[in-house]
Amino acid sequence: MSSSNGGYYLPQPSHWPIVGSIGMFLLLGGFGIFLGGGSAIGMYLGAVVLIIMLFGWFGTVINESVSGKYNDQVDMSFRWSMGWFIFSEVMFFAAFFGALFYARMWAVPWLGGAGNNVMTNELLWSGFDAAWPTNGPGEVGGPFEIMGAWGIPAINTLILLTSGVTLTWSHWGLKKNDRTQMILGLMATVALGVLFLGLQAYEYIHAYQDLNLKLTSGMYGSTFFLLTGFHGLHVTLGATMLLIILLRSMKGHFSEHNHFAFEAVAWYWHFVDVVWLGLFVFVYWLI
Amino acid sequence: MFAKTLRRALSSVWGAVLLLSASTAIAGFGDTLNLREGVTATSKTVYGLHMLIFWICVVACAAVFAVLIYSLFAHRKSKGAVPATFHESTTVEVIWTTIPFLVLVGMAVPATKALLALEDTRDADMSILVTGYQWKWKYDYIDGAAEGISFFSNLDAKSNEMRQLGSGANPADHEHYLLDVDNRVVVPINKKIRFLITANDVIHSWWLPDLGWKQDAIPGFVNDGWTELTEPGVYRGKCAELCGKDHGFMPIVLEAMTEDDYNQWIADQKAGAAAAAASATQTWTLDDLVARGESVYNTNCVACHQANGQGIPGVFPAITGSAIATGDIGGHIDIVMNGKAGTAMQAFAGQLNDVDMAAVVTYQRNALGNSVGDMVQPSEIAALR
Amino acid sequence: MSTATTHDDHHHGAPSGIMRWITTTNHKDIGTLYLWFAFINLLIGGAMAMVIRAELFQPGMQVVDPNFFNMMTTMHGLIMIFGAVMPGFVGLANWQIPMMIGAPDMALPRMNNWSFWILPFAAIMLIAPMFTGGAFLDGQGPAFGWTMYAPLSLQYDKLSFFIFAVHMLGFSSIMGAINIIATILNMRAPGMTLMKMPLFVWTWFITAFLLIAVMPVLAGAVTMLLTDKYFGTSFFAAAGGGDPVMFQHVFWFFGHPEVYIMILPAFGVVSQIIPTFARKPLFGYSSMVYATASIAFLSFIVWAHHMFTVGMPVAGELYFMYATVMIAVPTAVKVFNWMATMWRGSMTFETPMLWAIAFVFLFSLGGFTGLMMGIAPADMQYHDTYFIVAHFHYVLVTGAVFSIIAAVYYWLPKWTGHMVNETHGKIHFWWSTISVNVLFFPQHFIGLAGMPRRIPDYSVQFADWNMVSSIGGFAFGLAQVYFLFVLIKTIKGGEKATDQVWEGAEGLEWTIPSPAPYHTFETAPTVK
Ligand code: HEA
Ligand code: HEA
Ligand code: HEC
Ligand code: CUA
Ligand SMILES: [Cu+2]
Repeated sequence: MSSSNGGYYLPQPSHWPIVGSIGMFLLLGGFGIFLGGGSAIGMYLGAVVLIIMLFGWFGTVINESVSGKYNDQVDMSFRWSMGWFIFSEVMFFAAFFGALFYARMWAVPWLGGAGNNVMTNELLWSGFDAAWPTNGPGEVGGPFEIMGAWGIPAINTLILLTSGVTLTWSHWGLKKNDRTQMILGLMATVALGVLFLGLQAYEYIHAYQDLNLKLTSGMYGSTFFLLTGFHGLHVTLGATMLLIILLRSMKGHFSEHNHFAFEAVAWYWHFVDVVWLGLFVFVYWLI
Repeated sequence: MFAKTLRRALSSVWGAVLLLSASTAIAGFGDTLNLREGVTATSKTVYGLHMLIFWICVVACAAVFAVLIYSLFAHRKSKGAVPATFHESTTVEVIWTTIPFLVLVGMAVPATKALLALEDTRDADMSILVTGYQWKWKYDYIDGAAEGISFFSNLDAKSNEMRQLGSGANPADHEHYLLDVDNRVVVPINKKIRFLITANDVIHSWWLPDLGWKQDAIPGFVNDGWTELTEPGVYRGKCAELCGKDHGFMPIVLEAMTEDDYNQWIADQKAGAAAAAASATQTWTLDDLVARGESVYNTNCVACHQANGQGIPGVFPAITGSAIATGDIGGHIDIVMNGKAGTAMQAFAGQLNDVDMAAVVTYQRNALGNSVGDMVQPSEIAALR
Repeated sequence: MSTATTHDDHHHGAPSGIMRWITTTNHKDIGTLYLWFAFINLLIGGAMAMVIRAELFQPGMQVVDPNFFNMMTTMHGLIMIFGAVMPGFVGLANWQIPMMIGAPDMALPRMNNWSFWILPFAAIMLIAPMFTGGAFLDGQGPAFGWTMYAPLSLQYDKLSFFIFAVHMLGFSSIMGAINIIATILNMRAPGMTLMKMPLFVWTWFITAFLLIAVMPVLAGAVTMLLTDKYFGTSFFAAAGGGDPVMFQHVFWFFGHPEVYIMILPAFGVVSQIIPTFARKPLFGYSSMVYATASIAFLSFIVWAHHMFTVGMPVAGELYFMYATVMIAVPTAVKVFNWMATMWRGSMTFETPMLWAIAFVFLFSLGGFTGLMMGIAPADMQYHDTYFIVAHFHYVLVTGAVFSIIAAVYYWLPKWTGHMVNETHGKIHFWWSTISVNVLFFPQHFIGLAGMPRRIPDYSVQFADWNMVSSIGGFAFGLAQVYFLFVLIKTIKGGEKATDQVWEGAEGLEWTIPSPAPYHTFETAPTVK
C-alpha cells in the first residue's frame, strides 16, 4: 500500500485542540445553563472560541498544505478520515430515521390496537385510529396540516440534485486545470445551497404560521423537524465549507494533484444530497 | 447411563460447593443460592429450563477449564516442555465451530416452547389492570365479579418507617421487611388470570418470582402476562425496573384465595367502597380533615415532600411555607389534583378519593408549619372532577 | 507511563512542563495521558462502587439516601465505561498500534490530541451536576441508571449537562476511532499486510469500526431526550404517538455493540500475551480474525436481548434470542484457539500471563451467564437482578479491566524501560483475583434468589451474601490502590528491561529499545 514513510509529516505540538475543547465546553455548558433558564453568555463565548479555533486550526493546515508538507500518504490519511467521518454522520441520521420507521411501523399502530395491543387502545386511548401522519392519541400540539411533497420540497430536491451536478462539473474543471469552470461551478453550487436554505426557511415559517405544524406537533412534528432540521444544519455547514473552498480556489490553492479539501467537501455535499433524497421519500412523499 | 452418572457426580460437586459456602457462615446462605422454582406451571417450566441451561453451561465450562488447567500444569517450561510449532488446522476450527452451534440449538428448542407458552395470554378467566406509579401500584379489577374494585398498594407503614435513613431500626424485626404492602392484590385460585400492565409516570416492572416472569409497565402502553395459581398463599416480589428514588420500596404482594374466600373479599371491598362514598357527601370539620389528611400525606406525599414538609432542596419543593400551599386554595387543589406536567409531581385526582383529596390539601395548609386556617370539603372536590 | 526522556533535535523549542502534555501531538504522550485518565477514573468510579457496597453491606438504610444511591450506581456505571475502560483501551491503542505496525505516529496527530483533551471537559460536564444541590453532594446528578431510560431521565432538571457530556464523549470516541482506522489502513510498514497484523491491531481495527457506527446513534438517542425535555417533542411519549420503549431500542442499538467495544480489544491483548508466554505462535490466526469480525457483525443484530421484558411481539423475542446465543459460536472459537495456543506450549507464568489466563477463565464464566440470559424465557426471571450485575462484572472487570491490567504489565517495561517487580505483580494478581470472586460470585446467588438491581436496601434474606460481596469489594478496591503503588515504583525505577523484554515476545515493538524512544519508526522497517 504505502511505499515509504520517510516523508510523513508529523505536526509540531499545537494549542488548537485545547482551545477547541474549551470552546466546546463553554458552548455546550453555556447552552445547558441557558436551557435551565440562565444566561446565554457562556454559549456565545463558546461559539466565538470555537470559531477562532476553526480558523486557527484550518489556517495552519492550509499553510502546511500549501507549503507542500503533505505527501501522498498524508493525503490518503485525510481521505480515509473524511470517509469514515461521513459514515459516522450517516449513522447519526440513521438514529432519527430509525425513530421515524419505528413510530410508523410499530408505535403508532400499537397505540391504535394493532398486534396484541388491543388493550392498549381500549384501556388507554380508546377512539384513537392509527394513521400516519399523527400527533398521537393525545393530539399533542393540536390539529395540524401536513407539508405537501410536490411544492417546495420537490423544488428543493431539484435544487440539490442540480447542485450535485454543478459541483461535479466544477470538479471536472479542477481536474483538467480549467480554473474558470471550477470557480463557476462552485459559485453555482453555493448559490443553489443558499437558495435551498432560503426555501427551507420559508417552508418552516409556512408550517408554523399556516399549518400549525410545529416541533411540538406530536411524533410527526418531532420527526419532521428533527430530520429536516439536522439536514438543514448540515446543508448550512456544507455550504459554508463550499464557500471556503471557493475562496481557496480563487486564491489558487488547488492543483490537479493536490486538492483533498475540495474533494472532501464534495463528498460531504453529496452525502447531504443523499440524505435529502431519503427525507424527501420518507418524510414528505410516502405518507 | 453415563449421562446420569455424570449428572450425579456434578450434582455432588455443586452440592459440595453449596455446603462449603453454607458452612462458612451463619444460616441463610443456603436458601439464597438458586432460582426459585415457584408455584405455577410457567414458573416450573422456567425453572426447568434454567436448570437445563445451567448444567449445559457448567459442563461446557468444566470441559474448557479442564483442558486449560491440564495444559497449564503439563506444558510448563519449568517441567521442560518444549513448544510445539503447530498453529493452524481447519479441521479443528470447523469442529469447534459446529459443536457449540449444536449445543445452542439444543438449548433453543425447549426455550422456544417455553416462551410461546409464557406469552400466550388468550382465554383468560379474568383480567386485572396493574398500573405502576412512583412509587406504588394500583390494581383495577376490570371484569368478572370483582369489576369496579380499585385500590392502591403502598409499602407497608412499618417497613416505611424502618427504611428511613438513620432510623436505626433492625430489619430483622420485621418478618417481611420491604416485602409487605398495605393492600394486597387478591386473586382466586384455579383461574387463568390475565394481568394487564401499564404505568402512569415512568417505566416500572411487575415481578413476582414465584409466578416465573416479570413484565415491564410502560406508560402509554399495556403489556400483559398471565398466571394460574393452584394453592392459596401469599406471594411477594418487587418492582424490577429503576423508577427513581424509591424504586427499592415498591413491593408487590399477591394473595391467592379459594373461590369462597375470594367472593367474601369482593363483598368486603364493595362494602368498604360504599361507606367511603357515603362519607364523601357529609360535611367535615377542619380537625377531622387534618387528622385524616395526616395519614393520607404520610402514605402518598412523604416520599417526596418529606415527613416534616421540608422537601428535598433542589429536587422536591417544601410544603412548609410554600407559596402554593399557603396561597389561594384553588391553586393548591389544582396542583394536587392535576399535578405538574414534566415534573415528578403527579396528578393525584385519579389516586385519591374526594375525602382524601380534601383532607390532604387541608392538612398541608394547616399543619407542617403552615396555618392558613381554611379548608376544602369533599363535596367541593367532587364538584371539580 | 513513560517519562520519555529522549527528546530529539527537531523538538527544541517544544513546550515543556504542563504545556507539553496539553499541546503534545506524540502518540506515546497521548497514550500516557489516556492511560492515566483511565486509571484516575477507575479510582473515582471505584470509590463510588465502594459507596454502593457500603450501603448494601447490610439491610436497612445506613449510609446514603436513596436518591444519592441511585446517583452512585449511575455515575459508577458511566464513569467505569466511558471514563475507565474505553479510554484505557484507547491509551493502549495509542501507545501500541504505531509501534506494532511500524508507523512513525498516528495518522492525524493533532486530532489525536483533541480526542483526548475533550475527555476531561466531558468528565467535568458529567460530574458537575452532582455538586449543584442545596447541600454538598445533595444530588441533582444523573440518578437514572447508565442506561438513561426515558421517561425517568426526562424527570431530571440538569439533564442537559448530562446529554452534552455524552455528546462530547461521543465526539471524542469517533475522532479517536477514525484516527485508528486511518492509521491502520494507511500507515503500515511495507510488507505488513493486513493478515500479518498483530491481533491487537486487528481487534482495535474492528472495534474502531464499531465505535464509528454506534457512537453517533447514541448521540441521536440523547438528542431526542434533549428535544423531548426542552423543546416539546414527543419521541418517548405515547400521547404524542411516541414510545418510551423506542428509546431502549435506539439505546441498545448502541449499547450492545458498546459492550463488544469493551471486550474486542481485550481479546486482542490476550492474543498477544498468551503466545508470548506459551512460546508458541497463536493458534488459528485467521480464524481469530474472522471470529472477531463475526462477533462485531452479530453485535448489531442482537440488541433487544436487553429488552425481553418490555413486551415485544413474540416473534421479536424469538429472533433476538436466537441471534444472541449465536454470538457464543465465534466467542467459542476464540476461547478454543487460546486453549490450543497454550496446548503443548512451553509456558511460564510472569505477571502479564497470570492476568491473561485469569481473563480466559473468568471471562468465559461471565460469557456463560450471558448465554443463559440470552435464553428469553429464563431472562424473564434473571432480568434486572443481581444475576445480571454478576454477569457484566465478570465480563467487564475480570474481562476488560483484567486485560487492561495485563496489557499494562506486558508493555510497561517497553514504556518505562523498567521491569516490574515480579513479586509485587504477583501479589497484586492473587489479591485481585481472589477478592474479585468473593465480590462478584455471590451476586449470582442473590440475583437468582430474587434481589433486583439498583436498590439501596433489601429484604433480610439477601443479607449474608451481600455482606460477603461487600467485603470482597473493599478488598478488591484496596488491591487497586496497591496497583497504583506498583505502577509508580516501576516508573521510578527497577531492573533494566532489554529490548525484547520477554523471552518469547515477537513483533515490531520488541525490536526497538526499552524505553521506546520518543519517536519510533521514522523510517519504516520492512516486514517480511
Ligand atoms: C464486555 C462486556 C460484555 C460482554 C463481552 C458480554 C457478552 C455477552 N452478553 Fe452481556 N452484558 C453486558 C456486558 C457484556 N456482555 C452488560 C454491561 C450488560 C448489562 C447492561 C445493563 O443492563 O446495565 C449485559 C447484559 C446482557 C444481557 C441482558 C440481560 C438482562 O438485562 O436481562 C444479555 C441477554 O442476553 C447478555 C448476553 C450476553 C451474551 C450472550 C454474551 C456473549 O458474548 C458471551 C459469549 C461467551 C461465551 C459463551 C463463553 C465462552 C465460550 C466458550 C468457552 C465456548 C463454549 C460455548 C458453548 C458450548 C456455547 N448480556
Ligand atoms: C467496566 C466497568 C465496571 C467496573 C470496572 C466496575 C467495578 C465495580 N463495580 Fe460496577 N457497574 C458497572 C460497571 C463496572 N463496575 C455498570 C455498567 C453498572 C450498572 C450501572 C447501572 O445500573 O446503571 C455497575 C453496577 C454495579 C453495582 C450494582 C449497583 C446497583 O444495581 O445498584 C455494584 C454493586 O455491587 C457494583 C460494584 C462494583 C465494584 C465493587 C467494582 C470494583 O471492581 C471496583 C474496584 C475499584 C476500586 C474500589 C477503586 C480503587 C480504590 C479506591 C478509589 C480507594 C477506596 C477504596 C476503599 C475504600 C476500599 N457495580
Ligand atoms: C414523586 C414525587 C412527589 C410526590 C409523591 C408528591 N409530590 Fe408534590 N411535588 C413534587 C414536585 C417535583 C413538585 C414541584 C413541581 C414544580 O416543579 O413546580 C411538587 C409540588 C407540589 C406542590 C406545590 C409546592 C410549591 O410550592 O411549588 C404541592 C402543594 C404539592 N406538590 C402537594 C403534594 C401532595 C398533596 C402530595 C400527595 C398527595 C404530593 N405533592 C406528592 C413531587 C411530588
Ligand atoms: Cu417502580 Cu421500580
Ligand atoms: Cu447485550
